[in-house]
Amino acid sequence: MISIEGLTKAFGEFAAISDVSLTIPEGALVALLGPSGSGKTTLLRVIAGLEQPQAGRVRLAGVDVTDAPVQRRGIGFVFQDYALFEHMSVADNIAFGLSVRRESPHRIAARVRELLDLVQLSGLGGRAPRELSGGQRQRVALARALAPAPRVLLLDEPFGALDARVRAELRGWLRRLHDDLHITSVFVTHDQDEALEVADQLVVLDHGRIEQVGAPADVLAHPASPFVAEFLGGTHLLRGDVRDGTATFGSLALPVSGSGPARAFVRVVLDHST
Amino acid sequence: MRRALIALAFAFVAIVLIVPLAVVFAAALRDGIVPYLRAISNPEARAALRLTLVTASIAVPLNLGFGIAAAWAIARFRFPGRKLVVTLIDIPFAVSPVVAGMMFVLLFGAHGYFASVVHTKIIFAVPGIVLATTFVTIPFIARELIPALEARGPEQELAALTLGASPWQTLWRVTLPGLKAPLAYGAILCTARAIGEFGAVSVVSGHIRGETTTVPLHVEILYNDFQYQAAFAVATLLVVIALATVVGQRLIHRSSP
Repeated sequence: MISIEGLTKAFGEFAAISDVSLTIPEGALVALLGPSGSGKTTLLRVIAGLEQPQAGRVRLAGVDVTDAPVQRRGIGFVFQDYALFEHMSVADNIAFGLSVRRESPHRIAARVRELLDLVQLSGLGGRAPRELSGGQRQRVALARALAPAPRVLLLDEPFGALDARVRAELRGWLRRLHDDLHITSVFVTHDQDEALEVADQLVVLDHGRIEQVGAPADVLAHPASPFVAEFLGGTHLLRGDVRDGTATFGSLALPVSGSGPARAFVRVVLDHST
Repeated sequence: MRRALIALAFAFVAIVLIVPLAVVFAAALRDGIVPYLRAISNPEARAALRLTLVTASIAVPLNLGFGIAAAWAIARFRFPGRKLVVTLIDIPFAVSPVVAGMMFVLLFGAHGYFASVVHTKIIFAVPGIVLATTFVTIPFIARELIPALEARGPEQELAALTLGASPWQTLWRVTLPGLKAPLAYGAILCTARAIGEFGAVSVVSGHIRGETTTVPLHVEILYNDFQYQAAFAVATLLVVIALATVVGQRLIHRSSP
């Protein structure tokens, strides 16, 4: 479980996240969704310990880790551009987190084999990272992050640098992997389709604040704010007037209370059940 | 036009580089191989070679350590005075080596500012030669490492930290192995200059034969003594080192991706 309380992080004058509180249940797969500059990557990096917040606390599995260095947090982090160690083989990349803990070579070798199988790269352990395709490199990065058995897996735009076809493939694969491992996972994305397809829970951010938290279907059916409705897409904005208990938008009339100018958000939903 | 330019380039290289180098060897071997071998195996020449190698083997590791520390600090952290440090690193390139030597005489000489503090003999002795050489060769390694480290970005190092590596493990297992080519390149340039340095060393050395003369100083002494053949014979040692440096550079450039 990850619990975050009143987190604030500013870079100079710019407040990347302000007073963010959030609880991520054990074993969930959560998407931090928002446009660029919404603070989603900063939030992820503060959870990881790669950035220090000015205020607020971060707890992992009930332990306050706000002042703990990144090495002691027991997290796995997957970087947007993979950040593989270019001078090491694929196997040595995956082994790194275990060998810095001075695990026995025998156990390291067994764990590396296990992870290569898991990410479907068996037999490629001897390759150099630059000899792999983008999707393969991404899977090596994931295997490397998983090798030391972290409590929490954090992924920064994990599919951002891949082409559309590989991206779609890896999304489904990540979802299945999570269903097998049940490791609490948080990934950052600006792609609403990706978030809706992969995550159990969405956290929609804008301007450093949380706009809405909920299951994808709920957020889609009941957006909490105009921003969320617009950001999720497929939404049309109608402008009209409210007079005598009726809101008029062109030829459309709806009974409402109040008076003055009005905005209506309309989404066309295709119901597949009929 | 094209041919003329190529011919011009070759002619220039021949006149300015190859002919002078060939002349050094011709003059060194003028009287045959025996006087040549005698000149370079003479006790004073051997003492000079030993002092040169000792100096380089102290100055180069010192500047490796300094270069790595400075490059890491400059490329990875933002601190007040950072730009100043970047500029200061270049000072040994900008200052004439003779001036550098004189600075050390002023500081550590018999009547220097630190004379009352430091009681070991520094000027006209080996420590002064090592100090002057280290000063003159400061920029070589740091100058190679700073842009390489900046171009590579911090992601691999951050990845190592998230995997539980300590800062030291990160430095030894991720940062430095990724900088092999610029490290080797900087170290080669630094070594070549440490061996060949004349001006700064000449000022602080005192030219005590067999004691405080390095190879370049020994060449000058022989030359001023009208022992031309011996001077050129010893000079061939420096030429060989210079050629090895150039070949080493080419090899590193070719092997690095």
